[in-house]
Amino acid sequence: MIRAIRACKTAAEERGVVRKECAAIRAAINENDNDYRHRNLAKLMFIHMLGYPTHFGQMECLKLIASSEFPEKRIGYLGLMLLLDERQEVLMLVTNSLKQDLNHSNQYIVGLALCALGNICSAEMARDLAPEVERLLQFRDPNTRKKAALCAIRIIRKVPDLAENFINPAAALLKEKHHGVLITGVQLCTDLCKASVDALEYFRKKCTEGLVKTLKDVANSPYAPEYDIAGITDPFLHIRLLKLLRVLGQGDADASDLMNDILAQVATKTESNKNAGNAILYECVETIMSIEDNGGLRVLAINILGRFLSNRDNNIRYVALNMLMKAITVDAQAVQRHRATILECVKDSDASIRKRALELVYLLINESNVKPLTKELIDYLEVSDQEFKGDLTAKICSLIAKFSPEKIWYIDQMLKVLSEAGNFVKDEVWHALIVVISNASDLHGYTVRALYRALQTSVEQESLVRVAVWCIGEYGDMLIKNVGMLDIEDPITVTESDAVDIIELAIKRHTSDLTTKAMSLIALLKLSSRFPPCSERIQDIIVQNRGNLVLELQQRSIEFNSIIQKHQNIRSALVERMPVLDEATFIGRRAGSMPPTVSTSSGASLNLPNGVAKPSAAPLVDLLDLSLDDAPAPSSSGGDFLQDLLGVDLSPASNQSGTNQASKAGTDVLLDLLSIETPPVQSSLSPPDVLSSIQDNKSPVASLEELALPSSLSGQATTPVGASPMMDLLDGFVSNPPKPENNGSVYPSVVAFESGALRITFDFSKPPGNPQTTSIQATFTNLSPNVYTDFIFQAAVPKFLQLHLDPASSNTLPATGNGSITQNLRVTNSQHGKKSLVMRIRIAYKINNKDVLEEGQISNFPRGL
Amino acid sequence: MIHFVILNNRQGKVRLTKWYSTYSQKERSKVIRELTGIILSRGPKLCNFVEWRGLKVVYKRYAGLYFSMCIDQDDNELETLDIIHHYVEMLDRYFLNVCELDLIYNFHKAYYILDELLLAGELQESSRRTIARLVAAQDSLVETAREQASLLGDLVKQAM
Repeated sequence: MIRAIRACKTAAEERGVVRKECAAIRAAINENDNDYRHRNLAKLMFIHMLGYPTHFGQMECLKLIASSEFPEKRIGYLGLMLLLDERQEVLMLVTNSLKQDLNHSNQYIVGLALCALGNICSAEMARDLAPEVERLLQFRDPNTRKKAALCAIRIIRKVPDLAENFINPAAALLKEKHHGVLITGVQLCTDLCKASVDALEYFRKKCTEGLVKTLKDVANSPYAPEYDIAGITDPFLHIRLLKLLRVLGQGDADASDLMNDILAQVATKTESNKNAGNAILYECVETIMSIEDNGGLRVLAINILGRFLSNRDNNIRYVALNMLMKAITVDAQAVQRHRATILECVKDSDASIRKRALELVYLLINESNVKPLTKELIDYLEVSDQEFKGDLTAKICSLIAKFSPEKIWYIDQMLKVLSEAGNFVKDEVWHALIVVISNASDLHGYTVRALYRALQTSVEQESLVRVAVWCIGEYGDMLIKNVGMLDIEDPITVTESDAVDIIELAIKRHTSDLTTKAMSLIALLKLSSRFPPCSERIQDIIVQNRGNLVLELQQRSIEFNSIIQKHQNIRSALVERMPVLDEATFIGRRAGSMPPTVSTSSGASLNLPNGVAKPSAAPLVDLLDLSLDDAPAPSSSGGDFLQDLLGVDLSPASNQSGTNQASKAGTDVLLDLLSIETPPVQSSLSPPDVLSSIQDNKSPVASLEELALPSSLSGQATTPVGASPMMDLLDGFVSNPPKPENNGSVYPSVVAFESGALRITFDFSKPPGNPQTTSIQATFTNLSPNVYTDFIFQAAVPKFLQLHLDPASSNTLPATGNGSITQNLRVTNSQHGKKSLVMRIRIAYKINNKDVLEEGQISNFPRGL
Repeated sequence: MIHFVILNNRQGKVRLTKWYSTYSQKERSKVIRELTGIILSRGPKLCNFVEWRGLKVVYKRYAGLYFSMCIDQDDNELETLDIIHHYVEMLDRYFLNVCELDLIYNFHKAYYILDELLLAGELQESSRRTIARLVAAQDSLVETAREQASLLGDLVKQAM
């Protein structure tokens, strides 16, 4: 059969042959063919090895094992070990056969059973058969004893509770002369020590001396051809003895003392020109490092490692690096001596060695040597393999962040890494870099220039581009004017259009991803205010992106375009420089494994003189780009910047839920604005909440509000930008059936809103000839003893309505009902006769310079308006 | 401990596998595929160790065959190399100049030898002579059983 399979030229042919064979074997199984059973099973094993399913043969194994003949049993056990694993239930059926065979008179059959048990036994089998194995540990034949010892290892690995039963027989095995039994006995003791503390104590007291003597005998034994490997008698026994001594010596000074001499002897006398010798030395060094302190021995061990490290054989260097990692906790100073060699290993052509060496270097670096070592690593970054760069970059970045002595160094090194391997840098890393840059106010100019220079040469590194774009957007003016020049830099001249060029390049490169492009757009918006001469050009670029296929970019471009076109007066304030990002928050967030967004709404203090948004708008816009992933505005309808501010505002708020009160309140208000289904009652509940947060004077909401107001403030009655978003916001009104109101054919005046001290009444009139339009005169009266200043009334209506607000008669509302403000509203109902008017309002004012915000919904309009 | 032993040729065909830790059939074939890919692609001058899923795979090439053993992180890699060599020497002694074909046609013999060398993922015997003796003794047991069977068969035939 094997020949037939080998003759197959294609995989399909092979499958055909295997299928035929399998069919034949199945047929034979069905006929219960005794004579050929073992041959069939052998065939099955071969088929299994080729990777075909052979589960139907499992029962055959059991039958063969149950037969009385040795050849059948032999092949049966082999099949058992190959075709089954311990998780199969069939295995339980074999327990009985195993038990019989363990008690068989033929030692080879006992051997077979032990072998199978040792290789595949499950926890249950281990419990059932442990007594048999324990008995076999004292069997007269050494070959059976050694197999039983290894079986015992498997058993205690599966069921550690059974360890106690094996302690005494295992100790007896240590006195054996037969090497096989000795090796397995030592191994069993090692495993027992791991499984049970009692065993460890017992062996430590009773056996340490004996083991040292055994090791001495083996080390000094004359040439023995049977066990000789490369001139050393039984290195396997050496290694196992050393391993057990290590376990015994760890944390016990007396035991360690006992073994000092022999360890020194092994470490000095062992030949190191062959692999076997080195294997012993390696094990010996590990034992020396692990047992209780002995200065002289450790020096010896580190020297051996030094020798290993300079060895030409890659294997030896690999184990040396491996061991030095362990040694570093014991004696960092000694390892530092080999720094240069280790650094060379980082540049090795072998991936395994590189990886080890890099990890070691990572452990070696401390405050004192971080500068030269990082320089070496970064230099190497240029020439390293692609697949190694990821690892290397991650390690370098974490080193830079961990040990950086000063900010300028941090920034310099990060820039180098970004220019070399920006594509391998993780998001958190460049986010952290931006936080650091933003905190290093004296280095802003320097950084932006350095980034500009770096960008000239390495445009293809995505994260470099991002950081650069962000910095040019923020500190573009410093780039042009060479602000904050440091002595070490070369002066460069960058014109305003150069700066715009570079961002344009970033936005137009087809490889740039969404994040980069979005960041570029924002940078452009900022530059449009920083560089008035380029404003036109920037607008062009933004306009080009209005047709972008990605919704996010399209939306953003349209908004920014309208900011540039229509809101000259607030633009400069809107795009002011970001406030310093809060490092502590950022680090805390990272430590707390929060989603890695950099958005940090630091306390951008708000003072609202006259309706112009102060800096907090800028972080909002910026937050947007940094936390772009979660930025999409919650409401689905189209693009306008008010809504986006809402969206942006919401996303950090929901991200850092509960971190500060302000953002919580922000969410509340948004919910209010957006949840159309909420009955008015609830909205009247929320003002106190909002109020309290505003008193914190940190609320982004207030600025949002101000932003939403350009129309009513500047006195333009019909600014589409101002009004339409509000309507959009209230889209859902349509679905909210207006409550049937009290009758009234001639439209009576209504009290539209009444809170503790504020009353709003609406008087209605209809201009002749136009039934759709209603004029409303709103009268505001203040019943409280305090004067309301900066009084602002806002209203929003659903889409089927159009609302025009005329300027109010005043923005100061006298106290105790001594006068009022009036304001005219014009509402056009496009669905006149089908739907009634409905309106959402918000009133903001100040009492003794404290902001107060009230809001509500008006649905008690008379019918037929 | 040794978690598994894989023997494959330069084309990636598996010639022998032995699992001492529990892997389901699916995992087994996945492991084999993954490791053959890694090992076959490594150059001749590189070291014989590969770090893999928190374990280490020690491999060595003998002619067209790769012998790989997977060991724990803190096991002795150099010793594992010696164990591989030990096994190869045993095969060589048993088959007299072992080649890939021996392992294909007599794969069960290769397993028997491995079973005398390793058990439960640990080394069982360091003496080549002892292993050879044990395998030979069991082989002769099989032979005598066969002879008896055929003798019995002849007798039956004669009687009929």
